[in-house]
Order: sequence, then C-alpha cells, then structure tokens
Amino acid sequence: MSYFEFLVAHGDLLLSGTLVTAMLAAVSIALAIVLALTAGLMRLAPAGPVRWVATVYIEFFRGTSLLVQLYWIFFVLPLFGLSLDKFTAGFIGVGMNLGAYGAELVRGAILSVPKGQWEAALAINMSPLTRMRRIILPQALVIMLPPWGNLLIELLKGTALVSLISVADLTFQAKQINATTFMSAKAFGTALIIYYVMARFIITPLMRWLERSMARKLGRA
Amino acid sequence: MEQAEDLSQYPLELTGKNVPMVRFKKVAKRYGSLTVLEHLDLDVAEGEMVTIIGPSGSGKTTVLRTLMTLERINEGVIYVDGKPLTHMEKDGKLVPASQKYLRAMRSKIGMCFQHFNLFPHMTALENCMEGPVHVLGIPRKQARERSEELLEMVGMADKRDQHPSRLSGGQQQRVAIARALAMRPKVMLFDEVTSALDPEVIGEVTNVIRRLVSDYNLTMLMVTHQMGFARDISDRVCFFYRGRIEEQAPPSELFGDPKSDRTRQFLSAVKEAV
Amino acid sequence: MADWDWDFTWEILPRLLAATVNTLLAAGIGYIIAMFLGLAFALAQRTPSNTLTMAVREAVEFIRSTPLVLQIFFVFYVGPEFGVVLSPWVAGMIAIGLHYAAYLSEVYRGGLENVPQGQWEAATSLNLSTARTYFRIIIPQALPPSIAGMGNYLVGIFKDTPVLSVIGVAELMQTANSIGSENYRYLEPYTMVGIIFLLISLPSAALLRSFDAWVRRKLGMN
Repeated sequence: MSYFEFLVAHGDLLLSGTLVTAMLAAVSIALAIVLALTAGLMRLAPAGPVRWVATVYIEFFRGTSLLVQLYWIFFVLPLFGLSLDKFTAGFIGVGMNLGAYGAELVRGAILSVPKGQWEAALAINMSPLTRMRRIILPQALVIMLPPWGNLLIELLKGTALVSLISVADLTFQAKQINATTFMSAKAFGTALIIYYVMARFIITPLMRWLERSMARKLGRA
Repeated sequence: MEQAEDLSQYPLELTGKNVPMVRFKKVAKRYGSLTVLEHLDLDVAEGEMVTIIGPSGSGKTTVLRTLMTLERINEGVIYVDGKPLTHMEKDGKLVPASQKYLRAMRSKIGMCFQHFNLFPHMTALENCMEGPVHVLGIPRKQARERSEELLEMVGMADKRDQHPSRLSGGQQQRVAIARALAMRPKVMLFDEVTSALDPEVIGEVTNVIRRLVSDYNLTMLMVTHQMGFARDISDRVCFFYRGRIEEQAPPSELFGDPKSDRTRQFLSAVKEAV
Repeated sequence: MADWDWDFTWEILPRLLAATVNTLLAAGIGYIIAMFLGLAFALAQRTPSNTLTMAVREAVEFIRSTPLVLQIFFVFYVGPEFGVVLSPWVAGMIAIGLHYAAYLSEVYRGGLENVPQGQWEAATSLNLSTARTYFRIIIPQALPPSIAGMGNYLVGIFKDTPVLSVIGVAELMQTANSIGSENYRYLEPYTMVGIIFLLISLPSAALLRSFDAWVRRKLGMN
C-alpha cells in the first residue's frame, strides 16, 4: 500500500482526530489562560489565605503528572458523584495542568516589571486595581508572551494523553489505525507530522504575530 | 567565495640576512564589504617592540588578531620566524594553512587581551599551568616551578591560588601576562591590555611590560591608547589609518615631529582628551 | 460518596512502592541517556558542517514539538514492522531518552552560547586542542548556568514516566491500572500514585533549587 493510498483510506479518521485535538486544545488554552491569570495574581495577593490557595493549586498540578490527573478526574471523580464526559474531563485536566505552569509565568512576568513602574503609578495616585490593569499587566504580557509560546506547544502535546481516556483525538485515531492495519510507521508517523505542523506552523507563527503586535502597542517595535 | 589569489608571488619561506620575526605581506582582511586591512606590509624585527596607535576602526586590533590566527585573512601572507603562518607549503606551492599547521605555528605566538580572558574556574597558577602541561607536555612539577617564577615576576606569587573573580583588573591582567609567557612564545601581542583597567592600576601592568622589554629578548606588538607609555617603551610606533600604515617612525620622531597631517590631527585630539 | 478503604490501601502499598522503584529507575536511565545524547545533539550543532547543524536542529525541533506518548508508540510499534522487536523497557527508554535529549540539548546550547567569546580566543592563544578547549575550558563554564534547566527536566522526566504505561512498562501508573482492574477499585491506587508523585517531586524540586543556589554561590556567580 502506497502512502497515498494509505491517506485515501484513513484520511477521514486522521482528519476527524485532528479536529478533535484542535478543539480540545482550543478549550484547554482558554481554561489555562483564565486559571493562570487568576492563580498568578492570587499568588501575589497581600492576604495569606488567598496566596495559599493558589500555591496549593499550582504545586499540586505541577507536582504530579498530567496522566495521573486525567485518570483521577475521569475515573475517581465519578465516585464522588461528579461524572464528566471524556471530552470535558480531558480539557479540564489539560487546562488545569498547564494553567498551573502558566500561573508561574504570570507571576514571574509581573514581578519582572521594573519597580519604577509601580512607583510611578503610585505617584499619580492610581488604585492598586487600576495600576495592575493599566500599567503592570500590559507590560507583563509582553514579557511573558515568548514563554507562553512554548507552554502552548506543551499544551498541544499534552492533549495527546486524552486518547488514554478514549477521547477520539488524533493520537487515539492513529492508535486505532495501527491496531486495524498494523501500518505503524504510516499511522504514527503521519500523526507526528500533523502535531508538528500544528505546533510549528500554526501556534508558533501565531504567537510571533501576537508578540509583535503587543510590542507595537507598547511602542517597543 | 572571492576570486582566488595568485599565491605564487609570495616566497615559500624567508631566507637571507635580517629575516624579520614577523612579516605581513600584502595582507587584506575584509568583513563583507568592509575592508579592515588593506594590503598591509609590516615587518617586525626580532627583539623589536612595535606599538600600533590609531583611531578606533583603523584595523590596529585586527593586526594582532590575524597574527594570533583568531581571524583568517582574505589576501596576502603573514610570515612568522621566516615561515608562512597563514599558509603552508604543499608540493612546492603555498596553500591555506591546515588546522594542524596552524597549531604548530601558533606555539611561537602569545597574546594578552583587553578583557584578560582568564579561565574563571581555575586559579591563577592553574591558568598559567594549563598550556605548558596540556599543550607543550611539560611535566607538572616543572611547569609548576616555571609558572610560579613567572607569577613572581609579575608580582602575583602571593595570589597564585586565587580564582580570577577574587582579583582586581590589574592583577588579572598580570596573571594573563604570566600565562602567555608560560608558553615561551617568540612573539608577544598586547591588545589594549590597559583599556579595561581603572586608572590607578594601569601602572602595575605597564611596569610589568617595561620589565619584559628590558629583561627578555621578546618580539612584541602592542596596541594601546597610552601615548606616554608607547613613547617611552617602543622601538617604533605605527600610526594606523583606515587599514593601512599612515606613518611609522621611532617614537621620538613620530610623537615629536609627525610628517602626516592625519597623524598630527590624531595626536592633538588624543592630547586634548587627556 | 466514595469511601476510602484503609485496609485496601495498606494492602496495595507494597506493590505501589515496588513500582515506584521502577519509576525512579526509568526516570534515571532515561535521564542518563538524555544527558549524553543531548550533549551530542548540542555539539553536533556547533560543527562547521551546515548540513549537519540544520539536520540536527530540525530533528530537535521535531522531537520537542510532538507528543511523547506518540513517540513512545512509534518507537515500540514501528520496530516490528521492520523486524526489530523491542521490549517495552527498551522502547520506552529510547523514546523518553530521545525526547528529553532534545530538551537538554537546548539547555546545553544556551549554556555553551553563554561562555564569552574571549574564552575561546584565550584557549586558541594558548594553542589548546579543540577537545581540551571544550572539556576543560568551555563545558565547565557552560555547566553551572545549565544546572537549573537540567534540574527542571530531571523532575520533568520523572513526571512523564507514567506515559510509559501505554506500552506496558511496569512503573507506577501501570501498576495502579492493574490493581484497579483486578479489584474494581480505582480511588485508592490512583490517589496513592498522585501522592507518591507529590512526595517525590516537590522535595526534589526544592532540593535541586538549593543545589543550584549552592553551585552559584560557590562559583561566585550572581
């Protein structure tokens, strides 16, 4: 069977898997961004308990494995009466895991905004909230965008693990094709190439574009 | 690639009486479209101390860097001790030098840098012993004695077990001089060795170089901004301008009665700055 | 509401702890492979050959941008297609070692590029050989700033070992899966696996951070 014939025979499965992966990645990214911002800011809160909640979340999700978390959410949570369908369990696991890593990026970026900026905002009598929103966060965003680019690629790679709780994503479909045809090199090789294309030719250029436009907005380009 | 140069115009080696220790023959060095050295001819006799001065970007540091083989030249040939440095003989013709040949020839040359470039993870003594032990293959004990002698000579014997981060700029530069001497070079190159130093420690480095001139029969090439130092230490001073030698003469003549307008302009600009 | 069964927990604990040893072993072996292979990747990108540099660069980029689980499947299942049958352990170590070699090569590359140009020039002026320059002058200076990154990936490879369960490497996750399916109880094994991971990765991360700080202090950096 030529590679072309292989693609004709199994292209639809690979395509549907790719779409599921893309969708799951998109929702996970949204969740991860919200969690990262929330937990990252909470880590810098003056009130101890607020900081501790964020710290526990971050350390817990960074300290264990994504796969363990996915299994726990999918197999153990139902025992507590919380049954999630596999897609939901998948994106919650991926989003919460990468959100914890993102929170550290948010925190680090905020802390690396020069001290003079905080003082200048204070000097014109800005409220802490306005200062964060108008002065600090925009500058922190520019600082953290490059590492977020790497994090999103990690997230995309992380979505492959949802295949192990039977979400029909790209990895799952590749495994199915392998199981029925035994054409392992073609099945897994094609899937690897699709992930690579998504990471290198969609996520990376998108983030570069975002970095450039943010830098322009801040007058740094 | 550039057009191949006809290398047959250059001798395979320098013979006869008064063979210079260093000879630049029609040497050109370019970075892209920028010409740094333009067909430079320069001889340095054995035991001679030649100082190169000139405005920044005139190519003076490049002379030292090509001689140390840190940079390749685009045209011409450099000879050291009568033999070609940048090229080697193959079947009776000159061809660009191989790495092996360069390694053999480099042993004749030592260099001190503007920023010292001591190895930060080794003590002063280890810095000095590194080359003798691992390049020249001198037994450790012997290399150690020799290195200690040299550190003594530069006045750094008491700091021999210190790491560079513990030493002042002047002290680091003195160790760097000892390190270069430990390789027993025939030619020593000093590339703006006092430029990165605080004014009050410049003297301790220039004094070491003065001692080298009086006590050792070394051939030396020095790039410096210290006009006074250049004046009383050099046998000859070369004023570089745009990649070539604009004027060269014994220091009394060049500083006292410069022939070229450019030299005069440069010297008066330097004098005003001081 | 699920009930936590302590008797069951004690009963399965020895099996889980035994599997923890395998997990640590897998992480250790994988990391050693990654350390050496990663150095080879990093050095290959510094040779004068542009073709080699580009090829290795692309390979590293590819490995870094694609999922580990798929790479494990690939190594494990593609071999037999060409008559090379690899055991789960061997295939798993190759895949995870290769994956982290790509990461570590980037850490090394950063460290190597951090060494000032003047150090190379000083080594040349002393006529040190290329090997001597690398191993005695450049790498000792490139290593300390790389320690933080290397430590992160050591913890990282440890946390990625559960993925090896997909081809049946008998590490923690795989053992928890077996216990779960034998007893129809997943609460205790999966929770215990999570706790074991926390108990190992949090202190190791802290330990590695203080080791890094110690090295920096010792070398007078910062």
